Amino acid sequence: MKSTLHVSIGGASRVLTFVISLLIACVAPQVAIAAPAKSVAATTTSSDSIYSLEVPLTDQSGRAFTLDAMRGKPALITMFYSGCQFVCPRIVEALRKTETSLPANIRNRVPILMVSFDVKNDTPEVLRAMALERHLDDSIWTLARSDERNTRKLAALLNIQYRELSGGDFNHTSVLILLDADGRIVGRTSVIGKADPAFVKLVAKQMAATSP
Amino acid sequence: MTLRSRSHWTRVVSRGLFSLCIGAAVPAVARAAGYVSIAAGEFASVLAGDTEVKPSSVPAFAMRTSPVTNREFLEFVKRNQGWARGRVSRVLADTQYLNHWRTPRELGDAALADQPVINVSWFAAQAFCEAEGAGGRLPSWLEWERVAAADTTHTDARPNPAWRAEILRWYSTATSVTLANTGGTANVYGIQDMHGLIWEWVDDFNALLVAADSRSQGDPDKLQFCGAGAISLKDRDNYAVLMRIALLSSLKAVDTTRNLGFRCVIPVSKGPK
Repeated sequence: MKSTLHVSIGGASRVLTFVISLLIACVAPQVAIAAPAKSVAATTTSSDSIYSLEVPLTDQSGRAFTLDAMRGKPALITMFYSGCQFVCPRIVEALRKTETSLPANIRNRVPILMVSFDVKNDTPEVLRAMALERHLDDSIWTLARSDERNTRKLAALLNIQYRELSGGDFNHTSVLILLDADGRIVGRTSVIGKADPAFVKLVAKQMAATSP
Repeated sequence: MTLRSRSHWTRVVSRGLFSLCIGAAVPAVARAAGYVSIAAGEFASVLAGDTEVKPSSVPAFAMRTSPVTNREFLEFVKRNQGWARGRVSRVLADTQYLNHWRTPRELGDAALADQPVINVSWFAAQAFCEAEGAGGRLPSWLEWERVAAADTTHTDARPNPAWRAEILRWYSTATSVTLANTGGTANVYGIQDMHGLIWEWVDDFNALLVAADSRSQGDPDKLQFCGAGAISLKDRDNYAVLMRIALLSSLKAVDTTRNLGFRCVIPVSKGPK
């Protein structure tokens, strides 16, 4: 077969990349990557802000809000599900250690939003129970859920893949994402279970850029 | 901001196609105004879940008979200015979005009215489908794959080597060939252009192959970066379908390509006719 794929060059090379990663099966751990950051405060939603998309959410106390309620301060965002016994606790751990690794004046001040993949089981009550069990201070930790359609959209926005398995578990990308005060993605890390020093630096830099 | 006029779209469309389309939940094929109903059924996907051995059951849905065209997408853009090229948010579509159109509101010579629309992001495709009426969306992979398994006489033509070869021939065609108009030969469901015209977005494109496995086994640090456990492909000889999966799983939701379009599904009415 002639090897010209019926896709653009970019698409074809991504397919190739995918094939290669299948062959290799394991790739090197990703560390924090700084996306180009502009720290100009905008009054309207900038074109590269994830707050362009209205995502309805409900938090662990049953309060309804939309994603753009996070606007105004840098924030950490990730996706998880409460039934996850193994990787998700390590995501929580990574977030906690990121907060505690920050300089004293901004330590434990960066808002965290964790959104569940599991729209069936992760009710506000379940999220609340998890927050209590893991001692997640609700002044910075928001555990939230949405409906199926908007959960898929949010994942698409954050470039997170997830798939429900037959037993009620999910396969998913584990990643911590840093948003600037306007909702632009300015950093991400796949290091979980501990703080990623490069990512902590990015968080500190964002906090400094938007300090009151 | 871009997406806040949903009630407007719903109003616009509810007077159109949609009211005609559903209502015919009955047997396998019921035709009306661009959508046909596909009855609930079992389907053995090539993308088996890691523990699933049984065929998946697919609930009933109604699918557009052909991909969305330039003409149809232009109408949508005119009604929903936030989706015009140049106005759309960069987190919802990349810079190539609709760049084969002459202007943001005019098709021009490089985009014929009846050609399938291409250069659209997943977000844009999803927004179009939502505007088709309540419950409108992109088809799931399973829905798409099930309909795409049909030929003109069988609902599952996948074992037929000649049929597979025919599909593969298209994949090896150079991309410079001008896109045909929609309206190819219909399959047994009455649905056209599932193969041989364009690639198509699906609702759960970001669920097909997940690179990180979050289940509780093995070394946690390795586990997170290994994808091997996340997939199990049942039918490794079905290259045509595997290529679709490879492409879709390599895309981000903002991506657009010159061969990637979409079609929509809507719910089938459950009430008595």
